[in-house]
Amino acid sequence: MRYHIKNGLVIDPANKIEKVQDIVISGGKIEDIGQALNCKADETIDAKGLIVAPGLIDMHAHLREPGREDEETVATGTRAALRGGYTSIVSMPNTEPAMDDADKVEALKAIIKKDARCTVHIAGAITDGRHGKRLTDFAKLKDAAVVALSDDGACVESEDLMDKALQEAKRCSLLVIEHCEDTALAAGGVINKGFISTKMGLRGMAREAEFEMVKRDIGLAKKNGSRIHIAHVSCAESVEVIRKAKKEGVAVTAEVAPHHFSLSEDCCVTYDTNTKMNPPLRSSADIEALKEALADGTIDLIATDHAPHTDSEKDVEFDFAPFGIIGLETALSLAVVELVSSKVLSWPELISKMSANPARILGISGGCLTKGSPADIVIIDPAKEYIYSRDSIESRSKNSPFIDWKLKAKTVHLFLGGEMVMKDGLLAPRDS
Amino acid sequence: MKNGPDKKTIWTKKDLLGLEYLSKDEIELILYTAESFKEVTTRQIKKVPALRGKTVVNLFYEPSTRTRTSFELAAKRLSADVVNVEIETSSVKKGETLIDTGKNIEALKIDIIVVRHSCSGAPNILARSVGASVVNAGDGWHEHPTQALLDMFTLKSKLGKISGLKVSIIGDIAHSRVARSNIWGLTKLGAKVTVCAPALLIPPDIEKMGVAVTTDVDEALEGADAINVLRMQFERDTAKAFPSKLEYFKRYGIHEERLKRCKKDIVVMHPGPINRGIEMSSAVADGKNSVILEQVTNGIAVRMAVLYLVSHAKEA
Repeated sequence: MRYHIKNGLVIDPANKIEKVQDIVISGGKIEDIGQALNCKADETIDAKGLIVAPGLIDMHAHLREPGREDEETVATGTRAALRGGYTSIVSMPNTEPAMDDADKVEALKAIIKKDARCTVHIAGAITDGRHGKRLTDFAKLKDAAVVALSDDGACVESEDLMDKALQEAKRCSLLVIEHCEDTALAAGGVINKGFISTKMGLRGMAREAEFEMVKRDIGLAKKNGSRIHIAHVSCAESVEVIRKAKKEGVAVTAEVAPHHFSLSEDCCVTYDTNTKMNPPLRSSADIEALKEALADGTIDLIATDHAPHTDSEKDVEFDFAPFGIIGLETALSLAVVELVSSKVLSWPELISKMSANPARILGISGGCLTKGSPADIVIIDPAKEYIYSRDSIESRSKNSPFIDWKLKAKTVHLFLGGEMVMKDGLLAPRDS
Repeated sequence: MKNGPDKKTIWTKKDLLGLEYLSKDEIELILYTAESFKEVTTRQIKKVPALRGKTVVNLFYEPSTRTRTSFELAAKRLSADVVNVEIETSSVKKGETLIDTGKNIEALKIDIIVVRHSCSGAPNILARSVGASVVNAGDGWHEHPTQALLDMFTLKSKLGKISGLKVSIIGDIAHSRVARSNIWGLTKLGAKVTVCAPALLIPPDIEKMGVAVTTDVDEALEGADAINVLRMQFERDTAKAFPSKLEYFKRYGIHEERLKRCKKDIVVMHPGPINRGIEMSSAVADGKNSVILEQVTNGIAVRMAVLYLVSHAKEA
């Protein structure tokens, strides 16, 4: 099939393009890009008034397969990804069992090959079983094509082990993604420690639990001359530590999750367990700091931390509910509402944070609309307003605090490797 | 006790989850309503038909003798039928969720669920899952609204008013639902509240609830019209913050020597059960300033008022 996308506002930050152009897709690749192209296409898409950008990339999604298929599967999670405009996602390794050896990674690759609707990369575990005791075999995991290493959901608390992990990861050219949390300081907390936790009578998680660990990890990366990526940054102090380290030239990168710049701890007061995440929702001052960090580049990218949990897991006492919410289907809209509409980021900056930067940091393809590259393309209606309804959710789990919110900007069409996987907002049926 | 609530105040809430969620007028309406029920409890026949035909379930996930008994008597004196469901005897231990338990109890066609739970917010979650009224009988460290209401009722009957009083709450503030409910209630009614505890038992940003904070008990006692002394629960997290009971008594315990330096008619309250010799000496607990047993008596009238109001809630 040859497609001709006409008159869309092409935003391709990797190539510094932001203008109305045409794109021609054939053979799964971008055949041509330019102004008012003439071509004989099988299908022409009128993208007037729409944004044409490289497919979004999420480097932090929990697909739950294998082990917790009641929460999410590769099939349902990747449908959710497409709905959100993502063409590539990274599956985090805290599955059951954890992705701690090459055989498990190969088994997951087989499931992905069979069921995935978008490109799925795999992150391997840093330690066996994510128990934080013994390093996994990084070289073998690298051979099995993991794109990064993380014990996400847990922090590598042993400083000695993290030190070794960074050295070994450097040798294997793998990125380490750290979930920064000192569990002793977090003290079993369930929301941010402060006035809200005090008045709700809930155990508070101190901000120190996050930023002291960010400090430690950056110190180790600096010492070893290695890279480190800080997952889901949530508080102002972490931002400051990262900003300073970047100025000093430390190879640190960082991500923020949409809920951390969209919601503050004030949302927790109803004891809605869909406001329970780790790291917790913080204060409005933290939200301002996160936005500033997105604007000045301290935070490189937006990643969903898509964390599906079933209704029966979430419909319990606040203390007993698991942490986390789904995010693949709302990330773009939240970013537009919270960041673009309020001029924190321009559209090209947003596309950088949701596509070009994660591609660059992970060293994976995508994130650009360069002639000859695979045609992963998202076409967005930036002005489309809609109500995010429970019924519309593709993810198997429905744990979102944004249900019934009025959101803005929606994926209209989506190309994955030149295939039109979404047309006019409808996902194409899966070809056998 | 003349100054009742604004005449226009009507009760519209299905539930009583905490004093944070009530207005000054709603709190005064409860206290005002409790006065008439207090009169009932002094009669020869201590029963009125206000809740005849209604059923109250005491759903207790935490052991409690006094609060459960008080609620049970309150319901019975209103002629309601009462059923007690406790954690040992219910299906909770078999893994039924709070919401399922609530819905099953509601399917028995009951009207009010009085719930006590070790998790903060459990009554809030239950209340939005069932159509029955939910009354919080204490949840985690969050709130214990009927305890604070009976404290205020007692205070008002002793001193004639709440507004302008200086009230100090002394003890493990961090882990106390009694403290939180008292703070909301007393500050809404215009009292000046001071909380006093060892530093590690003062929760972060508590001053944003509108209270003064001190770690010095003598400072808390100075000029106080009333004190509410909390039970020290050394079996819980408290132990990490203050390991020695004897040391606690020395530094924070309310004994006669300390009381001598206070206002002569200072009102001494305690939610019970008392640890004699830890947070309070026996002489003080049984002394002339103590209203501890009156609090227990008033608890029934206050709970009668709460049960009555939630079951007669008007559409807002």
